[in-house]
Amino acid sequence: MAVNRNFRTCPSTGLVYHEPAEKLIRWNAVAGVVSLLVGGVLALLVTLTRWPAVKLLPPDWFYLALTAHGLDMLVFWIIFFEIAVLYFAASTLLKCRLATPKVAWAAFWLMIVGAIMNNVAVFKGDSSVMFTSYVPMGAHPLFYLGLILFAVGALVAVFVFFGTLVIGKAEKTYNGSVPLVTFGAVTAAIIATFTIAAGAIILIPTFLWSVGLVSHIDSLMYRTVWWGFGHSSQQINVAAHVSVWYAIAAIVFGAKPMSEKVSRTAFVLYILFLQLASAHHLLADPGLTSNWKIFNTSYAMYLAVLASMVHGLTVPGAIEVAQREKGFNKGFFEWLRKAPWGNPCFSGMFISLVGFGFLGGISGVMMGTEQLNLIIHNTIYVPGHFHATVVVGTTLAFMALTYFLIPTLFRRELMFPGMAKWQPYVYGLGMSAFSVFMMGAGTLGVPRRHWDMAFSGAVLPHEFPGTAYLMMGIMAVSGLAAIVGGAMYLAITVGSVFLGKKIVTPGFEHVPVRKGMAPPPVWAPAAVSPSGGHGAIGLGGFVAPGTFVLAMVFLVSFILYYFVNWKYLSTVWPLS
Amino acid sequence: MTAIHSPAQRVWWKQPLDRVEGTWIVIAFVWCLVMFFMMPYWHIYGKQNLSNEAYRTTPEAYLAKTQAMVDKYKVREITEQNIPVVHPVPGSDVYLIARLWNFWPVLELEEGQTYRLHIMSTDWLHGFSLQPENINIQIHPGYEHVVTLTPTREGTYSIICNEYCGINHHTMASKLFVVKPKKG
Repeated sequence: MAVNRNFRTCPSTGLVYHEPAEKLIRWNAVAGVVSLLVGGVLALLVTLTRWPAVKLLPPDWFYLALTAHGLDMLVFWIIFFEIAVLYFAASTLLKCRLATPKVAWAAFWLMIVGAIMNNVAVFKGDSSVMFTSYVPMGAHPLFYLGLILFAVGALVAVFVFFGTLVIGKAEKTYNGSVPLVTFGAVTAAIIATFTIAAGAIILIPTFLWSVGLVSHIDSLMYRTVWWGFGHSSQQINVAAHVSVWYAIAAIVFGAKPMSEKVSRTAFVLYILFLQLASAHHLLADPGLTSNWKIFNTSYAMYLAVLASMVHGLTVPGAIEVAQREKGFNKGFFEWLRKAPWGNPCFSGMFISLVGFGFLGGISGVMMGTEQLNLIIHNTIYVPGHFHATVVVGTTLAFMALTYFLIPTLFRRELMFPGMAKWQPYVYGLGMSAFSVFMMGAGTLGVPRRHWDMAFSGAVLPHEFPGTAYLMMGIMAVSGLAAIVGGAMYLAITVGSVFLGKKIVTPGFEHVPVRKGMAPPPVWAPAAVSPSGGHGAIGLGGFVAPGTFVLAMVFLVSFILYYFVNWKYLSTVWPLS
Repeated sequence: MTAIHSPAQRVWWKQPLDRVEGTWIVIAFVWCLVMFFMMPYWHIYGKQNLSNEAYRTTPEAYLAKTQAMVDKYKVREITEQNIPVVHPVPGSDVYLIARLWNFWPVLELEEGQTYRLHIMSTDWLHGFSLQPENINIQIHPGYEHVVTLTPTREGTYSIICNEYCGINHHTMASKLFVVKPKKG
């Protein structure tokens, strides 16, 4: 066969890379980082415009920049990087050749063409319709066409991932079940499949509408189906970044999942209960009943919330067990104090986990509650929430993983290691503060996607309290800190990939696929037997008491914040 | 084996649950149920629930109904653009149009009285955001949403659009006056 089936083994990590897969992982990651760069410049412009004291851009440029920022970050950066993660989880972790690399390249170029087409449409200036592109506000046909091409490319890449799993199974490149991280990636890929289908169901008719072939698209139908795409794609992110958390726990600490059963079941809950939960975007809409809203937002959503609460325990729990087994077994938190806080791979992952849970998770469930949504809907609280989930959660987790990938995948030494040590803190804490102050301004009613909270030129302007202006000012300053952190990340990654010192693999040789397969099964020695293996560690029969304490702190914060909002709701005008 | 390797135990699903995990799953699940039951509970005992009443209609029909209300209840005009202020009788149907880029007309309601507020857009999506109460409702074109509401405190309130609706979105704001009921 003409297909290149060569493998190399990374000398420092022992990972086995299939060369065509390796190249695809790199290029998808690079395309993601380029999108992040464009989105980051736009983030700077948007932040400086929403800073009331600066108000940098005129309104047309502001809405243009905001539209492009949303698409470049939430769609292009994240999905390119996710495709890289999928290929890594299938090909590299299963030591398996990638299915149909040529098709994977076609998918990549389709995604590139789609991303460029969509950006061109936005930057031409007649497609400032925001990321959500709600009808009846119309964009240029290329806007929708670009998104459709990108989505088709992503779907093809997802199928390449599934194909690789099939090959791994058929060629017996691994033993028993796939690793947990791969399992999480499978979850993400399954969610991606129905997410992209929902996107096609709504974006194709909208494209036809934009060229005049369809006469009318109902705005409520659009929002209902669009969120089947828009929200579920955030669940791809969650499944992907949770997998990355597990991967980093394994890479940095050699941590074993506390139990495969619990972690895998939690991933399955994501698949089963997420599509329905998209309904929480429609809680303030007319034309849908409360029964429909409650069923779809809660029954389904809370089992998905349960899944996230489980991962939120088992990831740090696994780290705690690994640390305690290494001897950091004193008290509740020695394992955490002695963690490698100077390693950006770990610190980024840990800030991502805490920020996602405490800021993104709690605020998300609160505003996804039917009645509480009334005091939140479309205020700047909403972007506050999703900057905590998608940026502190997903983006920071991906950044943390990059620090591992640069030496092993790009075979370059990390440039600016001192800066890398600080990057997750600057970015993660800056972005967390940014989210918190956005949420604060949102509780005071400041709208999202709004050029001027002073309503200049309005006949009957509203005057927001001084506190709201103060919050927006602090938000902008925190945003600038996060942008500095983002710039640090870009300097480190771009610098390392292009200028970093090359790591030469000793004795590097191309090997045929047969040698690239997993060696015959080697069973773990009896000492690692999971039953009773943890006997000597922990406190009071709990192997991970510190994590349990953290989880209870989380729960108490959650309960308090949830009921504070009900209390606040009870003071507004009665509605029925 | 770690999360990036295949499970060491082939039959991993028979591995017993750890006590930390089991306890947490039970606690978290109970909390999820509490959050679920809060929503039906509030429908029964709470006072702030979004109405399910909505009708499909056309911009022309809706505009006609609004115009009829303005003709009947107009009390004065404000601003250079002579925006009518209406003071409808308590308990009646009150109409508000959201459109590029204003709300029409301006409403004057009485404190402690209940009104059936109809809201609809005649063009794009808009938002109804009542400040500083911070009540936020999505407004669709073609869906006449009927919300029963009771202003509780007199004062001058603002209605701002919080769904992005184009270049002059930031000028789309209006007032809502709440006054003490007339004595007698």
